[in-house]
Amino acid sequence: MCLAFPGRVITIDGDFAKVDFGEGTAREGINVSLVDVRPGQYVLVHAGYAIQVMDEKEAQKTLSYWREILAYEGVETPR
Amino acid sequence: MSVLDGYRDPHLAKRLKARIDRLSEAIGRDILIMHVCGSHEWTITHHGVRSLLPDTVEVRAGPGCPVCVTPAADIDAAVNLALEGKTILTYGDMSRAKGSKKSLAEAKTLGADVRIVYSVHDAVKIAKSRPDGEFMFFAVGFETTAPATAYEILHRPPSNLRLLTSYRYVPSAVEAVSRSPDLRVDAFINAGHASTITGMKAYKACFDECRKPMVFSGFEPLDVLISVAMILTQIREEEPKMENEYTRSVTWEGNVKAQETMSKAFDLREGYWRGVAMIPNSALDLKPEFSHLDARAHYGLSRSGESAEFVKNARCADVIIGKIDPPECPLYMKECTPASPLGPTMVSSEGTCKIWADHRIVSAMGCRL
Repeated sequence: MCLAFPGRVITIDGDFAKVDFGEGTAREGINVSLVDVRPGQYVLVHAGYAIQVMDEKEAQKTLSYWREILAYEGVETPR
Repeated sequence: MSVLDGYRDPHLAKRLKARIDRLSEAIGRDILIMHVCGSHEWTITHHGVRSLLPDTVEVRAGPGCPVCVTPAADIDAAVNLALEGKTILTYGDMSRAKGSKKSLAEAKTLGADVRIVYSVHDAVKIAKSRPDGEFMFFAVGFETTAPATAYEILHRPPSNLRLLTSYRYVPSAVEAVSRSPDLRVDAFINAGHASTITGMKAYKACFDECRKPMVFSGFEPLDVLISVAMILTQIREEEPKMENEYTRSVTWEGNVKAQETMSKAFDLREGYWRGVAMIPNSALDLKPEFSHLDARAHYGLSRSGESAEFVKNARCADVIIGKIDPPECPLYMKECTPASPLGPTMVSSEGTCKIWADHRIVSAMGCRL
């Protein structure tokens, strides 16, 4: 029920937007009135409504942080 | 968003596993971590996250399935209205969950008009397209879903559409679980999308009271492993915290716009969680000024009760609250299967029994009994 998918906002018209979910899937009529979003940004979409503007940099930051602190975690690193 | 592929990186997963093993050895006792979201249960089961954890660390599903906790009395009311000739609109999972006798899907086979919608907006569109019809939207879900319905309520919905709301609020359920003497939960993985709406701040009072580690987690397998590592680090250092793993979506304040929209349409009141308990401040009920939209007021429906919740010998309630794993129920994969489910936890794609059954987990071996 709380499933939500990230997608990139292509165009906005009033409360509604066209959102690109990747792999050739774009949907019109996504309600973006619950967030402050600009075209080009990523939103998290739940049951037809964007519930958050996603922070791509934060996604990268979390991964880089853990890669760094686990770099010497006693498992051979292949790269 | 290709960056998400990194959250399935097997090399990083191995290093996280090594870190988790080391921490659990240093802690030297059993740790029970509860998550409260059906989507987390799916990620954990589907990606085999439990098989990566040491024997002393268990991650168990708590009350994270909205369809499962929707009271039987509400389902019965919707079924009765459907059989009386009203058109009922609801989500697919909700239509398959039985009340005390029938599900909406079964009412449909008897000729009732039950239609599956993807979102509340579809319900509004259907009602608008048929001004002569009488429609009822059976509105269930957590605070993730409620703001969308609030938006439609505040944007002049058609007068031939009424709502039977059964929205529940997760922070109050976490508080109830944290106070339970039977469960002995050591830490929580909090729901990433419900918390995206409420923000971490909604859990502050509960954390201050229970002082158990709480990590707000995303839904990729590495999100969960990172969250487990964060929790074990807190336990090892004897420093419980509210920590955010899902920084790409969850913030301290949450989605304020969605919170404001929600609070214009709903009030927090005491709510019944099917088979579990009445929980204070856990139901998002329509505000009195929207009583003209309220199906309960319009049709004189009775409020949720506590009777006839589950079939005999079924342990749905214990699965919902996280007291047991599905194979500990005597009906699991015997009388009760995804093809002929007897309880809501075997119906919903977020129900623990349905998720375990879909992944062919048929025995409790490997579970801590």
